Amino acid sequence: MTTRTLYDKLWESHVVHEEHDGATLLYIDRHLVHEVTSPQAYEGLTLAGRKPWRVDSIVATADHNTPTRNWDRGIAGIADPVSRLQVETLDRNIKKYGARAYFPFLDKQQGIVHVIGPEQGATLPGMTLVCGDSHTSTHGALGCLAFGIGTSEVEHVLATQCLVVKKTKCMNIVVEGALGRGITAKDVILAIIGKIGSAGGTGYTLEYSGAAIRALSMEGRMTLCNMSIEAGARAGMVAVDDKTIEYVKGRPLAPKGPMWDRAEAYWRTLVSDPGARFDKVVTLDAGSIQPQVTWGTNPQMVTTIDGRVPDPAQEQDPVQREWITRALKYMDLKPNTPITEIRPDKVFIGACTNSRIEDLRVAAQVVKGRKIAASVKLAIVVPGSGRVKRQAEQEGLDKIFTAAGFEWREPGCSMCLGMNDDQLSPGERCASTSNRNFEGRQGPGGRTHLMSPAMAAAAAIAGHFVDVRDFGG
Amino acid sequence: MERFVRSEGLVVPLDRANVDTDAIIPKQYLKSIKRTGYGPNLFDEWRYLDHGEPGMDHARRPLNPDFVLNQPRYRGATVLLTRENFGCGSSREHAPWALLQYGFQAVIAPSFADIFYTNSLKNGLLLIRLDAKTVDRLFSEVRDAEGYRLAVDLERQTVTTPGGASFSFDIDPFAKHRLLNGLDEIGLTLEHADKIRAFEARQRERQPWLFA
Repeated sequence: MTTRTLYDKLWESHVVHEEHDGATLLYIDRHLVHEVTSPQAYEGLTLAGRKPWRVDSIVATADHNTPTRNWDRGIAGIADPVSRLQVETLDRNIKKYGARAYFPFLDKQQGIVHVIGPEQGATLPGMTLVCGDSHTSTHGALGCLAFGIGTSEVEHVLATQCLVVKKTKCMNIVVEGALGRGITAKDVILAIIGKIGSAGGTGYTLEYSGAAIRALSMEGRMTLCNMSIEAGARAGMVAVDDKTIEYVKGRPLAPKGPMWDRAEAYWRTLVSDPGARFDKVVTLDAGSIQPQVTWGTNPQMVTTIDGRVPDPAQEQDPVQREWITRALKYMDLKPNTPITEIRPDKVFIGACTNSRIEDLRVAAQVVKGRKIAASVKLAIVVPGSGRVKRQAEQEGLDKIFTAAGFEWREPGCSMCLGMNDDQLSPGERCASTSNRNFEGRQGPGGRTHLMSPAMAAAAAIAGHFVDVRDFGG
Repeated sequence: MERFVRSEGLVVPLDRANVDTDAIIPKQYLKSIKRTGYGPNLFDEWRYLDHGEPGMDHARRPLNPDFVLNQPRYRGATVLLTRENFGCGSSREHAPWALLQYGFQAVIAPSFADIFYTNSLKNGLLLIRLDAKTVDRLFSEVRDAEGYRLAVDLERQTVTTPGGASFSFDIDPFAKHRLLNGLDEIGLTLEHADKIRAFEARQRERQPWLFA
């Protein structure tokens, strides 16, 4: 038998039909649905007189528009009537058509779709999983093929349980060695994007491998896979190992009893065969990865904490030079400024990248017994889900954050994209654990610097970006 | 879906690399539950001097005169010429909706982000990949000649300049077939309903836990 990559195995086990030109009808096991990208899909379904093909494949939640305060006010707590209508529309669609599980606004299990999928066991190894959201790549951490789709494709999956897709190329990103003290999955993925670029993964599925990846926790692997799309790849994945199995075991929607044993036996085959051929291999040395901070308006615009803002005059390519010049103007940064001299106005710890329990533990450890700097106007912690929030409260993390001057909020996407009230004002600068530093992403005119939870926590205390390793974190 | 066969139209040059979908249509407009009405908010933060919100009368908002789409010579453009990795970031299909509803029929760039590419073709917005050198040439031609138009022929897969130079582009044959005929992809897939059911039956045997 020929050797196969993990991607080959996941792909081949879901092919329904293949056309001569390679266009493939691929079966979708799990469809995650949220309020922003689904209303037009349900409307299309209704207008065409169609019904969902398989209701028990659907798991839904409201996360993008939901407020992170004033939950006691109920649905009226969504002040913006346009946002409220979108959340109510999801309610109506799920009530009308059904779902395997639904975690609506205000539910104790509600949360960011990419946090609750894995924690509920709605995401399982070996699956094909889609969602109308580009950060669906997150779920590949569990050894499944997970990718973001647009609204037309959401409708297509609802109506047919399939997508018409072509197999991508596959890139192996090998991170060998051991990460240094204080270096997290966020630093690894930012370093990868810095190396291959924000379009480096276009046309590829990424598999992350090597000793440093195997050493990462499941939460860390989710952070890593989450930002695959920031490297241009629709999907990223990590092979199944003991950690994957341990993580999935006992989750509400995971198989149980004899079915579990059968599933586990299959899941353990979900690794790339030795000698499997990749279209491209990129290697990084874990030991050389330093804490990362972005300085520009694209995740590729990243450097190390001991680095400086680049000088566009040094750039040979005119398109790139213009791109960097525009970014520095937008970010209000001067060439050659040391990264440690940049001062945030706000600090955001959260988003589908970094809002899991491990992220909150690391950040809490840094802020414990300290106070946020007087120059920081607002520092918020937004847990990824109700479960994460309660777990953190049981561990007393909320008290550590609030004692330091952070606000402890309700779960949701929040200031990652500011569809709710959590936004930057024009000109404000943010140390953020989210995934995108695009112009206006966190609020019109807002300036985003991406970094790990530990680094964002340290920046909140110091009042400027600082190497968390020098911070006793 | 609208059919796309050929189109001939005014070109506007947007000389920026890595234009993300947050820039194409900002988040506040994603709260809508409709498929239409996005055209006035295409490139909202670049196009207007004030901050826009849903429900505003966008026709009365102050335009940014420096933004290329607002320059009188490019009014009515139907072809957008831009740089590499156009459409990166968020999977929001509101991005191609906004481009189409503004009036664009085709976008030309050296490369596009994957999800945006898929979303666009499903809505009848033709994305044309030309090599960076050709794109450079088109940028300089469009700047030099007011009223510069390009002819796009999907059947022949060519872009033709007013001077008669013709450049061919690649497109997936299935996507081309659908665009040329304006086919409903869901309808096409449902023609394979028996195969989907047969696959499901096999999958239920192999991985029954997926059907619990």
